[in-house]
Order: sequence, then structure tokens, then C-alpha cells
Amino acid sequence: MRLITPIAKRLARLALVLLCVALVSYGLMMASPIDPIDAYLGPQMAQVSPEQRALIAQRWGFDESPAVQFGHWLRQLVSGDLGWSHVYNQPVSEVIGQRFQRSIALLGSAWLLSALVGFSLGVVAGAKEGSKLDNIISTYAFITASTPAFWMAILAVLLFSVTLGWTPTCCAGPAGALNQEVTLATRLHHLLLPVATLALLGIANITLHTRTRMLELMRSDVATHAFAQGASRLDVAWRHGLRHASLPAITLAFASLGELFGGSILIEQVFAYPGLGQATVAAGLRSDVPLLLGIALFTALFVSVGNMIADSLYGVIDPRIKPGGL
Amino acid sequence: MRQTQPRLRAAFSLGVTALLVIGLIASQWLLGDSPQQMQFNARLAPPGVDHWLGTDALGRELWARTLAGLALSFWVGCLAALLSTLIALSLAAIATLSARLDALVSLLIDTLLSVPHLILLMLIAFALGGGTQAVIIAVAVTHWPSLARVLRAELWQLRQAPYVRISRALGKSRWFVLHGHLLPHLIPHCLVGALLLFPHAILHEAALTFLGFGLSPSQPAIGVLLADAMRYLSGGYWWLGVFPGLGLLLMVLGFKRLSSHLRRAL
Repeated sequence: MRLITPIAKRLARLALVLLCVALVSYGLMMASPIDPIDAYLGPQMAQVSPEQRALIAQRWGFDESPAVQFGHWLRQLVSGDLGWSHVYNQPVSEVIGQRFQRSIALLGSAWLLSALVGFSLGVVAGAKEGSKLDNIISTYAFITASTPAFWMAILAVLLFSVTLGWTPTCCAGPAGALNQEVTLATRLHHLLLPVATLALLGIANITLHTRTRMLELMRSDVATHAFAQGASRLDVAWRHGLRHASLPAITLAFASLGELFGGSILIEQVFAYPGLGQATVAAGLRSDVPLLLGIALFTALFVSVGNMIADSLYGVIDPRIKPGGL
Repeated sequence: MRQTQPRLRAAFSLGVTALLVIGLIASQWLLGDSPQQMQFNARLAPPGVDHWLGTDALGRELWARTLAGLALSFWVGCLAALLSTLIALSLAAIATLSARLDALVSLLIDTLLSVPHLILLMLIAFALGGGTQAVIIAVAVTHWPSLARVLRAELWQLRQAPYVRISRALGKSRWFVLHGHLLPHLIPHCLVGALLLFPHAILHEAALTFLGFGLSPSQPAIGVLLADAMRYLSGGYWWLGVFPGLGLLLMVLGFKRLSSHLRRAL
């Protein structure tokens, strides 16, 4: 019972937040000056008579009030139907599914890489406060934390693809090749630079955060006591520091999923990587409202679950924080 | 010795930043329309003595365009950060009025934080039809939650302070307490908050513009310059991709330094 209630509370909160996201994003779409019928027709707009337009509007339910339309959309959503994407000419759920499969390779590996490397750098910098290594790591993290993600990607393309020619400049596979023909090695080769860039950006935050935690510990009574007993800085960092700093780092990694996703949109755009981020941009630029709404909800779910895991981890490991009491 | 310096450092940092910003704004006034001036005999010229940072595909000077882009970023960032701080302050104030309003505000914060910033920015820019105004509003509407949380926590703590409770007990109204006692305490927080928001605001403006949802492609914004540069990357025209981003990075770093100095001094 003690464990179930907070979980149920969290789930209820999640549902409420998602409902709010649906409401807000639907409201934003309704407020847009871009006419969905114009966007659907595209260049054929001129060939359609006002009567035909009215017919389309009626068929799509645009003649009803916004509240009724929202109700329809929500009911369809609950039954699993996200609508039809006119940019990809496919159901929205299929577009999101296919695209996410490609993005997850990028997101997942960049996420793991940034968490591991960021944490190690933070521990090293924090354990040797004020050393040359610490200065280098801190400066590096401070600068990358301020770098625009897409500019970093542009620099990476310029250096590694254009000048050195080590990696391909674009896409998830060679141009014109069918999906089945692309080998795993080629896929990884195309994935290498986007993953490295995305990870490089994520590292900074985790490094800075972990470093602060390590400094905190190194100045604490625990560390002073250990030093008095003859332990070296490395001993203390290894025995106490890792434990002290690892939880916040894991939590931060889960809580920064939204930022990671935002970064992946920009990086997919620069590398022309056909993932969910690129689909988002296409949906926005070409006014594919159902797809945009679907992606907003999907990413909100993704990020909320990440946040929920981050909150729960704190509660589980640190008993001073009461479950559900945030 | 080092302990007494934060204020001095903050003042120095403030002076340098102010000087650079004034220089940036003055340069716009002096440059006139040279960021848009095309020279067809000097297209895609590499950086050198004649063309300091090189020229783009239409022969426009990259240094003038980068400066113009930074000035645009500065104004958009300023307005967005100010607007965002105002939103944070008013919502934090509303949240302290009653428990129900507090729950409402925190639901709003949770909703905004659960959608990736960039997607929310795109949705809002889409809803407003794009353009400068849309970017400013979109950035302002998405960046207030973290500051609102800080201000709200501060307000809850202040409410328990003896002088506030005495003031309430003496029969002063909630609004009197709010703007007579509480707001003066919050002004420094707001100042630092706005300064911390600023670099985020200009980075997100550039990202949004880069993706095509922000400032119009006819304006020399940093995002537009870099989106243009994308087309010439494989041709080896590296200066188009390097310098505008470098300018933006330096501006962000400068303001981050300033805000960390100020935070230490206040």
C-alpha cells in the first residue's frame, strides 16, 4: 500500500499533465492563422471551388465549434487514432513509430555516452579541484554548455566530413540505397558524427553538475575525517565521491531527456538524418497539424516518463525525501 | 583579498559588457544597410584584407551581417527575457495568494516542462504565424518556469518572516504586503533571473530561426546566416558556417560570465 499510492498518484498526475499538453497544443493549432485546408491542398488550392472547400471543411468537421472538434479529436486519440499525416501520406502513429525507431538509435547512444563521459569527467574534475585537469574540464564544459547545438553540428560537418572526409555529410545511409541493402556498418558510419555531436552537448551539463557534487563532498566532514585517517584524494573520490555524485547524475540524465530531444531536432536537421526531429520540422513548416500534435503528445509522454523516473529515483535511494511529497 | 573582490569584478564585467553592447548598437547605426548590400564581383570571397570575414553567395559582407545578426539577437533576447521575467513574477505572486491557485500554477509549470522546449517553441511560433514578434512571445512564454519556481519558493519563505506576519496581523491587505514588503525583496532575484534567461533566450531564438520558424529569411539573423551556410558547406566555404556561430557563442559566454559575477556580488 505504501508503495502503490505514490505510484498511482504519479500516474494520475501524468495523465493530467498529458491532458493539459493536449489542450494547450490543440489550442495553439486552432489559433494558428494558417488554414489547414490550404495547407492540405497545397498548390492545387487554385483549382478548388468554394463549394468544394466547404465540403472538405464539413467532412473534416471544421464547421463545428472548437470545443466539439477538440472532443472529437480527444475521443479518437483515446481509441488510438492520431489522424492522417498529409506530408508523409501515412497515419500519424505509423510516421511517429518509424521515425522514432531511427531516432532512438541516435538518442539512446548519445544519451548513454553523455551520461558516462560526463560523469567520469565530473568526478575527475571534482576530485582534483584547482588542478590543471580540472581547469581544462571546467572550461570545456562551460563553453560547450553555451554553444548552439546546430552550430556545433555545422562545425563537425565542416571538420570531419568536408575537410577530413572521414564521415558522410548526410542522411542515415547512402543516397538512393534501399533500406534493406544498407549494412549495419554503413548505418553506424552514418550515425557516428550525429551521435558524437549530440553527446558532446549533453556531457557539459552532467559534468558541471557532478563536479559541484564532488566539491561538496570533498569539503564535507566525511572527507576531512577520511583525510585525517590518511586517505588520499583518490581514495576519498573512489569510496565516497562516486556514491555521493552518481545519483544526482543519473537523475539529471533522466530529467534532461527533453533537452536531448530538442538537440536531436537540430542535429537531425543539420545531418539530414531522417528521424523524428526532421519529421517535426517538416510537419511544422508544411502545416501538418495532426502530425505536429501527435509528436507534441508523444514527446511529452517521453519527457514526462523521464521526469517521473528522475523523481522516483530520488525517493527510492534517498530516504530523507518522502515518497510523493514533492 | 579575493573575498572583497566580487563587487569590483561584477562592476568591471558589467562595464565591459555594457561597452560591447553599446558598440554593437552603435555599429548598426553606422553600418546602415551595408549588411544587405550585394557585390556581384565579390561573391563567396574568402576572408582577407578586403573582406574581413569573407562574403556570402550574394557578395554581402559577412562581418557586417554577423554584427547585424548579433544586434537582432540582442534585442530579441532582451525583450523575451524581460517579458519572461514579468510572467514569472506575476505567476509566482498569483501562486502565493491561495493553495488552489498555487496548484494551478504548478500544473501549468509541469505542462510546459513536459514538452521539449524546442517543440513548444515551434508550436507557439506556428500558432502565431512566425516572424519577430512570434519568436519573442514564444521564447518568453517557454522560459519562465525555472525563475517562477525560485520566486515562488522565495515568496513562501518570506511569508513566514516575522515582519510580514506582523504586518498581516496589523490588518494590512494581501496586496499591500505583496507589493510593499515582498516585491522589493524579489527585485534582485528578478534581475539575476532575467540575466540568466537572456543567453537561453538568444540561443533558442537562433535555433528556432535556423529551423525556419523564427525571423524571416530576409533579415540577417544569426539563425538565417547559418541556415544559408548549410547550403555551401560541402563546397568548402567554411567561413559562412564558422563566424556567425562564433559571434553568437562569444555573446552567450559574455552574458553568462556577467550573470555569474553579478550573482556572486548580490
